[in-house]
Amino acid sequence: MVGKNPENISALQTDQTKALVRNLDFFYGDNHALKDINMPVYANKVTALIGPSGCGKTTLLRCFNRMHDLYPGNRYKGEILLGEDQKQSNILSKQVDPIEVRMNIGMVFQKPNPFPKSIYENIAYGLKIRGHSRSFIDDKVEYSLRNAALWDEVKDRLQDLAVNLSGGQQQRLCIARAMATDPEIILFDEPTSALDPIATLSIEQLILELKDQVTVLIVTHNMQQAVRVSNYTAFMYLGRLIEFDTTAKIFAKPAVKETADYVSGKFG
Amino acid sequence: MIDQPIKSTLAKSKPSNLVRNLQEKLIEFLLFLAASSSVAITIGIIYILISESVSFFQEVSLVEFLTGTEWTPLFADAKYGIWALLAGTIVTTAVALFVAIPIGTISAVYLSEFAPEKLREIVKPCLEILAGIPSVVYGYFALLFVTPLLQRFLSDLPSFNMLSPGLVTGIMIIPFISSISEDSMRAVPASLREGSYAMGATRLQTAWSVVLPASLSGISAAYILGISRAVGITMIVAIAGGLQPNFTWNPMESAATIATFIVSVSLGDLPHGTIEYQSIFAAGITLFVITLITNIIGHFISKRYREIY
Ligand SMILES: Nc1ncnc2c1ncn2[C@@H]1O[C@H](COP(=O)(O)OP(=O)(O)O)[C@@H](O)[C@H]1O
Ligand SMILES: [Mg+2]
Repeated sequence: MVGKNPENISALQTDQTKALVRNLDFFYGDNHALKDINMPVYANKVTALIGPSGCGKTTLLRCFNRMHDLYPGNRYKGEILLGEDQKQSNILSKQVDPIEVRMNIGMVFQKPNPFPKSIYENIAYGLKIRGHSRSFIDDKVEYSLRNAALWDEVKDRLQDLAVNLSGGQQQRLCIARAMATDPEIILFDEPTSALDPIATLSIEQLILELKDQVTVLIVTHNMQQAVRVSNYTAFMYLGRLIEFDTTAKIFAKPAVKETADYVSGKFG
Repeated sequence: MIDQPIKSTLAKSKPSNLVRNLQEKLIEFLLFLAASSSVAITIGIIYILISESVSFFQEVSLVEFLTGTEWTPLFADAKYGIWALLAGTIVTTAVALFVAIPIGTISAVYLSEFAPEKLREIVKPCLEILAGIPSVVYGYFALLFVTPLLQRFLSDLPSFNMLSPGLVTGIMIIPFISSISEDSMRAVPASLREGSYAMGATRLQTAWSVVLPASLSGISAAYILGISRAVGITMIVAIAGGLQPNFTWNPMESAATIATFIVSVSLGDLPHGTIEYQSIFAAGITLFVITLITNIIGHFISKRYREIY
């Protein structure tokens, strides 16, 4: 199985590794939700996590920013190594503060979740936490909103409540909010599942543009979306990583039968 | 063919249908009576309040009532200036809120955002017991424990004062404020909290800048309810505040509130139809109007901030 040997894959690629998942198991109490996951995440590329509902995509994604630490009874085993090859550190280690991890790895959720604050304050939120100056924040708010193709729509009402924006605008705001703090990796959990087709296309467009600035990991249940936005695809099934490869390869000639069945729509 | 058995059951069930419908109608009527009784009682109370106050205001001018600062119904030269009672009501309520709002809000934040599940299951009922203690007990607690305690630090504090019952009233309404505030904080969707944590925020930052603003409507409703409670609480101030109407804004003095005046006067036997007797209703309608206004404000605020997430 290709997924078992990420080193073999990366040897095929010239892309740089941003993060490396090694022998990762995850437990919700007694529920063994992830089983021996091994995969690379390449820098400045979009990696898609696909697979049938309940296979563990969200669970894997939320390991990357230690979101599971928020709830009691959750347990990680194994490593996610982050950083350049020489100075990799395991972000799942107990010595690593989850807040430090989240300072460097942003996240965009399934349902847009703007804070009950103004548009400006939403973008400024992470910057204030990081103690930036007022003038820096002002510049960064504008830059991030432009970057998320939202500036022209909201520049005259930065002090309005963000919840009054449309669903697609809210999700772009959430992307701008996550990008404002210059994360190394940005995690998307089915970011368009609550949006209409037009808003979905604009978010996908945005994700394609983001990869020059950041490494993207995206969960999607929509295979066309994986094809449209991603460079690499990981197919998961029943808590295991079945196959990892370039998106072209996964959808054109997958190596494993389950992957072929899934991408051709036979199950899931 | 298939229709037939169905038809026959329909035909058979007709008489029992009639009985059933009759039963339903009867039960519906009884339910309607029960539900409308509370409305009828409310209307009755308001009617009595207004009709008795009307006779009162035929003898005492509304201007004197609303602007006067002396309340001496039992003197030969009786004066009916509501401010003598209103000041006491406002001062004791303010002292109570000064205690209950910070402690109630902080307890709610702690219970909702910080406390482990097990601890919350213990602390929450304990807090709610505070509201269940009879107010007479609080009254004597204020008079016999809190006042002497305060007198150690404030040597010229009289035995009857508004500070001590105000503080104790505050303790009594903590659970009203904390439990409603906590419920509205816990109703904030997990996705908002996670959004904040995902930005690298701490628990405190998340509680303060995301959860609190998101639950503002519930928290302001809790404060307003706290005010309504504090205004109407009678026994604590009646026991530990002295019953003498006194126009003062100083919590270190003794005074009466609208509610304690009603209690103290109605304890004596006042002949029906006298002006002293009717003054209770004039005071009562004032209390009613204050509570009504706070409730309307509360309704307005919670509407304005509703569903901010
Ligand atoms: N908070 C949780 N507690 C216990 N089990 C969970 C929890 N969240 C998800 N699971 C279980 O973990 C498995 C993977 O879930 P998830 O990662 O959400 O799947 P996906 O995102 O691929 O649909 C599922 O079997 C699900 O029931
Ligand atoms: Mg999911």
